[in-house]
Amino acid sequence: MNLPVLKAADFASDQDIRWCPGCGDYSILAQMKKILPELGVPREKIVFISGIGCSSRFPYYMNTYGMHSIHGRAPAFATGLKSTRPELMVWVITGDGDALSIGGNHFIHCLRRNLDVNIVLFNNRIYGLTKGQYSPTSVEGQVTKSTPMGAIDHPLNPLSVALAAEATFVARSIDAHVKHLGEMLIRSAQHKGTSLLEVYQNCNVFNDGAMAYAQEKSQRAENTIELEHGKPLIFGAERDKGIRLTGSHLEVVKLSDVAIDDLLIHDEKDPNPSIQMMLARMRYPEMPEPIGVLRAVEGIATYDDQINEQVTRARKSKGEGDLEALYASGDCWTVN
Amino acid sequence: MQSSTTSTKTVQAVTGITVRLCGDSGDGMQLLGTQLTNTSALAGNDVATFPDFPAEIRAPRGTRAGVSGFQVQFASEAIFTPGDQLDALVVMNPAAMVTNMADLRKGGILIANEDGFNDKEFKLAKVDKNPLENEVLESSYRVFKVPMTKLTRDAVSDKGLSPKVADRCKNFFAMGLVYWLFGRSLEPTLRFIDDKFGKKPDVAQANEAALRAGWAYGETTEAFGESYQVEAAELAPGTYTSMMGNQALAWGLMTAAKLSGKDMFYGTYPITPASDILHELTRYKNFGVRTFQAEDEIAAVCSTIGAAFGGAMAVTASSGPGIALKAEGMGLGLMLEMPMIIINVQRGGPSTGLPTKTEQSDLLQAMFARNGESPLPILAPRSPGDCFYMAIEAWRIAVECMCPVILLSDGYIANGSEPWKLPKLDELAKIVIKHPAGTDGSEVFKPYARDKNLARPWAIPGTPGLTHRVGGLEKEDITGNVSYDPDNHQHMTNTRAAKVAKIAERIPKQDVFGDETGDVLVISWGGTYGTCHTAVRRCQRAGQKVSHAHIRYMNPLPSNIGELMRGFKTVVVPELNTGQLRMLLRATYLVDCIGINKVKGKPFSIAELTEAIQSHVTQTGGSGQSSADRSKAVAS
Repeated sequence: MNLPVLKAADFASDQDIRWCPGCGDYSILAQMKKILPELGVPREKIVFISGIGCSSRFPYYMNTYGMHSIHGRAPAFATGLKSTRPELMVWVITGDGDALSIGGNHFIHCLRRNLDVNIVLFNNRIYGLTKGQYSPTSVEGQVTKSTPMGAIDHPLNPLSVALAAEATFVARSIDAHVKHLGEMLIRSAQHKGTSLLEVYQNCNVFNDGAMAYAQEKSQRAENTIELEHGKPLIFGAERDKGIRLTGSHLEVVKLSDVAIDDLLIHDEKDPNPSIQMMLARMRYPEMPEPIGVLRAVEGIATYDDQINEQVTRARKSKGEGDLEALYASGDCWTVN
Repeated sequence: MQSSTTSTKTVQAVTGITVRLCGDSGDGMQLLGTQLTNTSALAGNDVATFPDFPAEIRAPRGTRAGVSGFQVQFASEAIFTPGDQLDALVVMNPAAMVTNMADLRKGGILIANEDGFNDKEFKLAKVDKNPLENEVLESSYRVFKVPMTKLTRDAVSDKGLSPKVADRCKNFFAMGLVYWLFGRSLEPTLRFIDDKFGKKPDVAQANEAALRAGWAYGETTEAFGESYQVEAAELAPGTYTSMMGNQALAWGLMTAAKLSGKDMFYGTYPITPASDILHELTRYKNFGVRTFQAEDEIAAVCSTIGAAFGGAMAVTASSGPGIALKAEGMGLGLMLEMPMIIINVQRGGPSTGLPTKTEQSDLLQAMFARNGESPLPILAPRSPGDCFYMAIEAWRIAVECMCPVILLSDGYIANGSEPWKLPKLDELAKIVIKHPAGTDGSEVFKPYARDKNLARPWAIPGTPGLTHRVGGLEKEDITGNVSYDPDNHQHMTNTRAAKVAKIAERIPKQDVFGDETGDVLVISWGGTYGTCHTAVRRCQRAGQKVSHAHIRYMNPLPSNIGELMRGFKTVVVPELNTGQLRMLLRATYLVDCIGINKVKGKPFSIAELTEAIQSHVTQTGGSGQSSADRSKAVAS
């Protein structure tokens, strides 16, 4: 096959980028431009669809087809596009407010339909574009412009929501962990079905350092755990700790006390999401937070395949529609 | 078994019959009505129907709220409405009787299922005593009390059905009796029974037996002295079928797709009275139709925009409350300058309102209910069959302008039906769509360049060299880049408005029924066409200088409307709202208009409209009314 020879720069549009200096979005944009040439898909076959928010400016900066749509609704636009043009590679770019608050409905329905699109959810746990209100992923007690006495909402965990919707691909990465981020973007793109990739993204203006425990290289090893399919769950700067399944809950154990064989082996392909859900619920500071692919189940029919398959099947069984035959299909009478 | 359906009794020829069939919402009255309509259409009559049913699927049985009715007029001359006063009324229970008797003309025929009139039913219908036991009734109407339940049970007794199933056949008994009374052939309904119940032979046989028993009852009992015959109407030569508005919309959309060489995407969310369009379209996947039942109204319109971006013929439909939810999406479609169709099958509002009843109160919503300066083209079919042609027209305008187009139907035409002449596909004009071809990318693509209609190119993903980004932020003209430039925003606002206004140069001028000058011009739109036309015809036959202009292009209006209005002493605008078109006409042309307005969830009757119009003929010249008096509500 003759792959187009493209470089990251070929995916850059001619528009000035208007994110704040130091924003985590730059890193995600850079990784996207870097990995797209590796996928071998021509630029014109790629479409970025976003909602509203800082992250949703993303399509303007990509030299592909793109749509900056309505707050929260990007998955719905993607559904119409992908259902009618299944050969296109469709990315949905969204944020924590966009996907989980105003767009929560479309988010879960896209996941349960298993539309073959790649959702990248930039999670900075704050509303940036509207200048600093708390978001559905802000932690309890967080003081923001709209919560001077602290947020009283219990936050949503995007991975838990996705697993509950029986999403077929669920992963997490971190803006500052660029190599891992690139790998996760490639995995997302390669998955057939809806892929959800949550990216911890720092908003250095309104929520700086909110996820420093995971973003800072010095803290990351202790506070996150990189999931690898078929491998035991080990973490820590010295790789001296692991996760063990005891009864119906997970616990952190020291490898000095517990044999590696007793650790939980990660199975991203398990159709049953129960243990994946337990992993998703591991939260800092009690537990290391998982990054990597929590779930990647192949072989589940996609919405776009099925809607088109029904058309193909109907044409095969009934023949191509004949309008004049349709007009005359009811009781008719003739006037001379 | 008896197959003759020719009565040996006296047959009286009449030019038209209006009949209403009423029962409990579980009594199968809609089925009875549909069958009578099709059979009458097949007999060559002109027909018009008006189903009227409760919002609840099974409203409390036997209550007034649970009454479901179906009115049909069939005639040997051209008719435009389902009729006003009833020549015949069939009632299955007391609730149906007391809620419908007022519409039966004096001397008209009342057929009642006597078995449905008992103490339990009186209580449910909240009547003190048997409304059939009334001397005035007997002297004012021709009353036939028929023990339908018992006769049906007798007729199907050998079919081995449970009493409950057997009783369900009684609408076919009623049908047989009605068919006898109006000289209708049983054949089409026998075919229907065979199609519908063929897999349950015992039920099919029972329904057939009930139908034939009803017919035989009319023929043999002495109570019925004569039947009526309505000769075939003189329709233009051609082949016809009976067409409902929502079905015509679906077929029109499919035809538009074919004429433009596109597959259709239909993104929608279930809502009364628009859902039947979805039910119809989803049957035709072999025509390339992809239907998407979205998670909500917003997703429905957004998926439609996504499909349009990809190059599909994209359509969404809803009713008023759903359209309210789609408003932001419609604004984006306008901003993206993307072709698509947004159908509103209007119902009584505001809020949830009257879901199954008709109203024309979403015209101003279609005009203005979006943020910012956001004009969209609006079309309104005038009858069930016209829905077919306006659906095609909507798509033609959408692609010519690169703009969402709103199609305003209503519950009255959505569920109503009329004879529809089968069109010839090659006689319908093609819809030409040119997507720009791919390039080597050496020249920067200009997604907001404009043609003579001010439309931008419809470049679709997958085309090399034309990669571009669209979005809701204001666009710089020509380049399509995001722009906050003040002059550009003014320019783009003007351009979007001019693009819509220019449509008036390409649509037909407004035609007029009657003289182009005179005393009174009646201006109407949407589903009131038939009633207005018939009322104006009555005025004209009475020698009055009344003309009628029925508008199908609501925005922009045909270019000669203002001139027409100025040619009459008085302009009267009947609407099933409180004066929405009237407001637009006055604001646009600075010509005063008088409203005839009603919001009861029911259509105008010809009689009330004729009277209201005629009151303005006599008043012509005297314009001393205050403007507050100028909107005349139709008195109940």
